Amino acid sequence: MKIFKIIIPVILAAICMYAAWSCSDAQGSDTSMPDVVDYNFHIRPILSDRCFKCHGPDANKRQANLRLDTKEGAYAAFKDNAKAHAIVPGDPSQSDAFQRLITKDTSLRMPSMKSNLVLTQHEIDLIEKWIEQGAVYKPHWSFMKPVKLELPEADEAWVRNDIDYYVYAKMKEKGLSPSKLTDKERLLKRVSLDLTGLPPTLEMQDRFLNDTDPKAYEKIVNELLANKHFGEKMAAPWLDVARYADSHGYQDDGLRTMWPWRDWVIHAFNSNYSYKKFVTWQLAGDLIPGANKEMLLATGFNRNHKITQEGGVIDEEYRVEYINDRTSTFGKSFLALTFECSKCHDHKYDPISQKDYYSTYAFFNQVPEKGLFGTIDASFADPPNMRITSKDVNSLLKFINKRDTFAVDVMVMKDSSNMRKTHILSRGNYDMPTFEVGVGIPKSILPYSTAKYGSNRLGLVRWMFDDANPLTSRVFVNRIWAQFFGRGIVKTLGDFGMQGELPTHPELLDWLAVDFKAHHWNMKRLVKQIVMSATYQQSSDVPSAASKSDPENIYLSHSPRLRLPAENVRDHVLASADILNPEIGGPSVKPYQPKGLWEMATSGRGSLMTYIQDHNQDLYRRGMYVFIKRTVPPPSMLIFDASNRDQCEVQRGRTNTPLQALVMMNDPHVMESSRVLASHLSAEKGSLDVVLSKAFRKIICRKPSEKELIILKRYFENEQASFKKEPNKIEKLLKIGEYKKDPGAIRFYTAALMQTIQLIYNMEEALIRV
Amino acid sequence: MENEFLNSRLNVTRRHFFGQAAAGIGGLALGSLLVPDLWKGDSAANAMPLGMAHFAPKAKRIIYLCQNGAPSQLESFDYKPTLIARSGEDLPASIRGNQRLTGMTASQDKFPLMGSFYGFKQYGQSGAWISDIFPNIANIADDLCIIRTMNTDAINHDPALTFLQTGAQVGNRPSMGAWMSYGLGSENKNLPSFCVLLSRGRGNGQGVYSKLWTNGFLDSLHQGVVFSSSDDPILYLNDSDGIDKNARRRMLDELAELNHLGFDENKDPEVEAKVQQYEMAYRMQTAVPELTDLSKEPDHIIKMYGPDCLVPGTYAANALLARKLSESGVRFVQLYHQGWDTHGNLPKEMAMQAQDVDRSSAALITDLKQRGLLDETLVIWGGEFGRTNYCQGTYTVENYGRDHHPRAYSIFMAGGGVKPGIVYGETDEFGYNVVKDPVHIHDFHATVQHLMGLNHEQMTYKHLGRRYRLTDIAGNVLPGLLA
Repeated sequence: MKIFKIIIPVILAAICMYAAWSCSDAQGSDTSMPDVVDYNFHIRPILSDRCFKCHGPDANKRQANLRLDTKEGAYAAFKDNAKAHAIVPGDPSQSDAFQRLITKDTSLRMPSMKSNLVLTQHEIDLIEKWIEQGAVYKPHWSFMKPVKLELPEADEAWVRNDIDYYVYAKMKEKGLSPSKLTDKERLLKRVSLDLTGLPPTLEMQDRFLNDTDPKAYEKIVNELLANKHFGEKMAAPWLDVARYADSHGYQDDGLRTMWPWRDWVIHAFNSNYSYKKFVTWQLAGDLIPGANKEMLLATGFNRNHKITQEGGVIDEEYRVEYINDRTSTFGKSFLALTFECSKCHDHKYDPISQKDYYSTYAFFNQVPEKGLFGTIDASFADPPNMRITSKDVNSLLKFINKRDTFAVDVMVMKDSSNMRKTHILSRGNYDMPTFEVGVGIPKSILPYSTAKYGSNRLGLVRWMFDDANPLTSRVFVNRIWAQFFGRGIVKTLGDFGMQGELPTHPELLDWLAVDFKAHHWNMKRLVKQIVMSATYQQSSDVPSAASKSDPENIYLSHSPRLRLPAENVRDHVLASADILNPEIGGPSVKPYQPKGLWEMATSGRGSLMTYIQDHNQDLYRRGMYVFIKRTVPPPSMLIFDASNRDQCEVQRGRTNTPLQALVMMNDPHVMESSRVLASHLSAEKGSLDVVLSKAFRKIICRKPSEKELIILKRYFENEQASFKKEPNKIEKLLKIGEYKKDPGAIRFYTAALMQTIQLIYNMEEALIRV
Repeated sequence: MENEFLNSRLNVTRRHFFGQAAAGIGGLALGSLLVPDLWKGDSAANAMPLGMAHFAPKAKRIIYLCQNGAPSQLESFDYKPTLIARSGEDLPASIRGNQRLTGMTASQDKFPLMGSFYGFKQYGQSGAWISDIFPNIANIADDLCIIRTMNTDAINHDPALTFLQTGAQVGNRPSMGAWMSYGLGSENKNLPSFCVLLSRGRGNGQGVYSKLWTNGFLDSLHQGVVFSSSDDPILYLNDSDGIDKNARRRMLDELAELNHLGFDENKDPEVEAKVQQYEMAYRMQTAVPELTDLSKEPDHIIKMYGPDCLVPGTYAANALLARKLSESGVRFVQLYHQGWDTHGNLPKEMAMQAQDVDRSSAALITDLKQRGLLDETLVIWGGEFGRTNYCQGTYTVENYGRDHHPRAYSIFMAGGGVKPGIVYGETDEFGYNVVKDPVHIHDFHATVQHLMGLNHEQMTYKHLGRRYRLTDIAGNVLPGLLA
């Protein structure tokens, strides 16, 4: 393999910044001393984490009138001693702030004892060197407009598209090499799960394996992107962002009917709406001149927050809470900033003042709504709302899966005709308004001009999609990247602020962000670009070099092995047994659930007091359609790290617990799927090898190895012998689940097959996107 | 000074560890020996329980008997003869001050005071006043640390309970139990470190919600695991009919072999972790039913907790189960007993509620004491706020109700390093305002964490740029509560 020298162009300030980043781990435990100490990479993470809380943007809590987050603040002469300065560029011995870090006098030493914070010697050394080198401050990386740089050089034989140049260059810099491309079976499983959340069918597996066309993979990718399940797969993370649920939340937790909004999200992804349109309609569809019902429906995004139905609450307290929710959801999901930290005071780390917070809040404060519309079941869709009739569904809203003739109401956004005044709320208290504020956005990101953008949510969207906006595109491409690689280029998907992690591949992030904008925010194109890259198509076997030097696989020298998201665990089980109901959208469903969960926790009021399980085809819907009652979310979903939809989430955990093992061993859905698949296969002709291989291929999505087949057969034979001895157990197993399927004449054969399929379902690889 | 030693302890992530021990399965097994807890998370550095206290703890475990719906302090532990003498009179405006009221009583023109329907007597060396509906709790008064000056910021159930359990009224923050699990890990490899038991009384109920035992932004392995009174004490615990222990074992053996074949190729350390999780699930299948089977408890224990303790799902059964779980090393056992929301019909409802919890609450403390476990087990009993000293709606002496009151209410604690046999704090003669030694929810959390050996200011978790604490940005350890 040819290795080219990596050239880092040094043209703009931004590029210098990146060059410095390239020389070390992102916030790692690297203790090497760089030749050039960089503010953004080396110093700001230390200052932000240990100093800004008292010497940062929060003017009210600033100690000693000193701020270290700006050079003006740090270089300025002290008020009480004009000769002293916190930082004197070039001279640590004259820099009071530095002296306070190293003094032996604990009463003077910073950070103060009380803060429970300390600096390591390495961090102190870095600061010293940074001051020696001139204490150069730089703007925060994510607030600078992304620019596309020249591609670094890479092994042309390996790269497939532009993404790979950046990944390759970074890998080489870290002394790593890319892995070989994975085999076709694994590649198909990976891309099918990633693009549709479903395993490839046997037909698809055979077709792809036998297709020798060099474009075979691209054909499959195109097929999957056009598959109607693509929209579902893409919608699922968006439902977390939008905190979608089927109940109002809070203690009484009555029914709500926001599912038509969810159907719209799926439709939007399947129709490949541009991200700009997707976001514009959700944030401001109601304000678009001549808005139609589809645009209005999309605005349900901002009504998905929890709504109280607790009698006796103070209306305004909750109305304010809903606006807080919208404001922090806006910040987290579109800008990856922790706006909510400025609700009660200026942000401790980021340049978001309390005034900024309420200025953004003002955009969402115009809705004619109540904090408490009524107690439980007063409404499934509090006003403002929109009625969807069968006529709508037959015309404009064809994508809504309304299964009966009844109209359904959904909550939507609306602005009152008179602008409601917005005040800063002292310490965030609804009953302590202080100064009045207009609409706005923290100016460090990109100044907001009402003259230019307007003063309502539509203006906010214009600001977001202004070409100069540094965040909108970066934040979204980073989240999509994480969807395919398990980790964002910026690991903290919801925090691009001072305390967030730095991008591991800053040039790549910017390249993607600029490219996404330049191609009209085309989401399918972005996704295709990612899955067509060599980076994506690598083997997921962990190379020994990577397991030592890059155990988190930050530099992508192999494809990550990722456990499926909660919804897709269910999908995978049902689909591989051919009992998945592929219907899209509609009211959420209530499949098997352990008894008594809703009943145990209910306040005893409302239509969701008891869990009334569905039957027939509704039992086999995809995981994303399982009814989410916020106070008692579906347990098997939570066990696999699904969001409880309490608030906007941009990142799920990925744990590995014994409770997950229990679900896979004992959830009736898994048992039932095993039974049905066994019954189906028992009717097939062919040797045991053929039958077991087929089951294995349906679930693991590759042919079993010889060794694996030996184990499967051995297990099957043992189980069969055991069932012959204890035939009473057979009937018990063969009646699990409501799905009707004749188990065939030779019951012990089917039962043993069922057990063997259970074993395959429980294999580690079954639920892994390899 | 090891101020941030929490962070340094976390520097080695599990994946990193396994990565470095990539020699193979042998190396991995060593990993599980070093990691104190098999309830592991994924690779994030902070996922792993810290498994270590900041200083020597007084309490090792907590049993929190949460009385959901807010029992009245005025009919339990805060005796106010003035209210009896002045029943029917309007609450003086000077006492009410600027207290905001809930939507249920805000529009009342009058706020008629009402004294307790039940009598009060003094008990024990401390001479604590306790109402007649809690005779068994009264009998162990000298084991109790009664706090009469709890106060909170919220006036409605959802935000108040959320505040009590997570330290914030809104937001998906980790609950107390999740923090303890994160900070201290598990003492028992076969059981979750945070268990939740639910029951419902006969009074006006308010629901409970999984948000109360959420892991929030902590790893989901710190989530409270709900034990149910059904045949499946933990969800999905039991194997299906037709699969016995031997069959399960056979499957797990073959499964491990298949997974190891996979590991030989993919070298992903998560594979071995998965094998371990299946083994732990298997051990739980034996350990948990043995534990939740209360039928084998000796007669004198059954007598102590009362016959209800043999009825699954009752408060009494949960109290007994709480002792067993705690005794087995579960770090935090959280009970919720619903039904205390006495907006009306208080004299009748509160008596029924008390009847359901009095005997078994006292029995639990006595039981722990007899086993020598009370010293290291902190028991907490109480609700999310108090109730107003005035009536809600129309009233008679025999039938009245009380609205929510945040400024002062009573709870008690026992064992685990709290000072026994004391009554802490004083309210005014109307039972409305704190006049001495207030205990804010943040102080309560700080003190409870202190008892567990944790410094509430150091017990932080960095999430989205901010270090979060159970005590948010406030809270003081209250020395007056410590033994």
